Amino acid sequence: MNIHEYQAKEIFRAAGLNVPPGRVAATVSEAEALAEEYGLPVMVKCQVLTGGRGKAGGVKFCDSMDDVRTHAGNILGMDIKGHTVHKVLVTPAETIAEEFYVGMLVDRNSRRVLLMCSAEGGVEIEQVAKDNPDAILKYPIDPRYGLMDHEAMTIAMKMTTDVKKARQLAYGMQRLYVAFTHADASLAEINPYIFTDEGVGKAIDAKMNLDDNALFRHSDFEALRDLDEEDASERAAREADLSFVKLDGNVGCLVNGAGLAMATMDLVAYYGGMPANFLDIGGSSNPDKVVNALDIILRDPNVEVILFNIFGGITRCDDVAKGIIAATERMDIKVPIVVRLTGTNEAEARELLAETDLVPAATMDEAVQKALASVGK
Amino acid sequence: MAIFCRAETKILVQGITGRDGGFHSKSMLDYGTNIVAGVTPGRGGQTFESKVPIFDNVADAVAETGAEASVIFVPPAGAAGAVFEAAAAGCKLVVCITEGVPTIDMVKIMPYLEERGVRLVGPNCPGFINPGQKAKLGIMPGNIVAPGPVGLISRSGTLTYEVVDALTKAGLGQTTCLGIGGDPVIGTNFMEALMAFHADKETKALVMIGEIGGDAEERAADYIKSNMNIPVVSFIAGRTAPPGKRMGHAGAIVTGGTGTAADKKAALEAAGIPVADRPVDVVPLLKEIWKEAP
Repeated sequence: MNIHEYQAKEIFRAAGLNVPPGRVAATVSEAEALAEEYGLPVMVKCQVLTGGRGKAGGVKFCDSMDDVRTHAGNILGMDIKGHTVHKVLVTPAETIAEEFYVGMLVDRNSRRVLLMCSAEGGVEIEQVAKDNPDAILKYPIDPRYGLMDHEAMTIAMKMTTDVKKARQLAYGMQRLYVAFTHADASLAEINPYIFTDEGVGKAIDAKMNLDDNALFRHSDFEALRDLDEEDASERAAREADLSFVKLDGNVGCLVNGAGLAMATMDLVAYYGGMPANFLDIGGSSNPDKVVNALDIILRDPNVEVILFNIFGGITRCDDVAKGIIAATERMDIKVPIVVRLTGTNEAEARELLAETDLVPAATMDEAVQKALASVGK
Repeated sequence: MAIFCRAETKILVQGITGRDGGFHSKSMLDYGTNIVAGVTPGRGGQTFESKVPIFDNVADAVAETGAEASVIFVPPAGAAGAVFEAAAAGCKLVVCITEGVPTIDMVKIMPYLEERGVRLVGPNCPGFINPGQKAKLGIMPGNIVAPGPVGLISRSGTLTYEVVDALTKAGLGQTTCLGIGGDPVIGTNFMEALMAFHADKETKALVMIGEIGGDAEERAADYIKSNMNIPVVSFIAGRTAPPGKRMGHAGAIVTGGTGTAADKKAALEAAGIPVADRPVDVVPLLKEIWKEAP
């Protein structure tokens, strides 16, 4: 789950990072009130779950209350890469003498939390990684001991020769690690971590992605979910405990297993079609789950055919077929449904399907071809 | 032979009385797997399927039965704890089937396992099956495999079955079919699995089923190119996956332009490993480059 800058900042603050004050406003007058409270100048920053907010004109420096009104008015409702701005963060503008990047992510190869640091802060780190990879220092943190003082200080001294600044930077890294592990993050970034003209270190931007697998032990994080940012059908899928991603095509796909679901989408494309979605229905043939899945897929008016691709394995295919038949009988479905079932008792399953309007297929290639034939491909 | 486990390896199951644990333990027993114990706290003294003794904890099970390996079917909140327990009790092989284990838990587990020389497979994986050894540690269907010379490594479950089924129907049996799991942090990664197959004299050819996310396939390609001389073919799922979206598996996500199927295909082909366009093309592709195929 991705969260907004203002939400990440609250987590960072709670972990002891120096984050300037700031709150969100949903209207121009709320933004004005916050600017009055903090005193000018302030920054008005759009809160959307995408990068490149500054380049898109969603982050503005405001020197006067007129600026606050104009910029907040422009930014609220703005479309940034397909995300509509519903909230802006209002926060005091800081003087910036130096900018650093400090980030952490779970690294698959070292199987550790990887600290990433760069003196090239304030710009897109992906760009730095591409243009000047040596400018990013990477350090895997030992989970048994965390980021130890001497490790953090050694890294910080490579970023700056000013010891006072290095101490603050090192402390910032250590607090970020605490925030990261306590929140079960998959990514946390401070970009930039700045030093003011007075030499005070502050985290003035924040990004955090949370591990979906760990949400069960952070009941308070559910409140951080921005329902405006979530596709309605993806939300329904999440609530039904189905793994679903909406795509742009017309072939609705219901598959057991994530890898097979991706391979099914790829096969639809291979034969010249376009998948409407990714959906992993898991190992269950429970009719309720099939109904939920069909309901979510059929919300998409582009869907012209539904393709079931089930590799039964140990699960009995006749049970799966009964589940699919029960589910489709409970619904009024206008589009053709192609069903591929392989595994234990697949012959019995095909006999059951033969008594219905469902179109049986023996292999995934045959199923995809039959599905595409039904939409004229 | 095969990798990780022999016919006589003594296996215990953590979570043997759960719905999934019970179902799959029975299927493992039916396949011929040497399950010597089950563990469910509070059920010690009972038996599973009237033959497998159940213990309250792994230490007791190991002390009583000499179990060497554990298969875990414990729900996500307890799965990491179950891995620690198995390692602490002296199991040298742990297979964690559980899906949805928090990633930070896996990060914490790894040094503990390394210190004790424990191999972990998974989590979020179907486990593995060694047809020639009648050993099945996990949930792969036993009815689609056959003994033979092909090794198979995969990041997914049912997609693996699709390919295994095709191999078996084409007369190409397997040494080991291994599903390493779809999470970002896993106990045995592609490379380590490759090294295990490399060391196995019976494995004469390899099939790798990869997917989007990370660079495990790219690293595997490098390893194969410089170290291995048996035929290898591959399939990569997720060519049509949009960037930034998690495709079911926590690890299956294209981030910042890296981890795409196209990158992986290019890296594999550059290392001389053909990549099939469709799952059904894997077998013909393998037969094409493997002149000594049975």
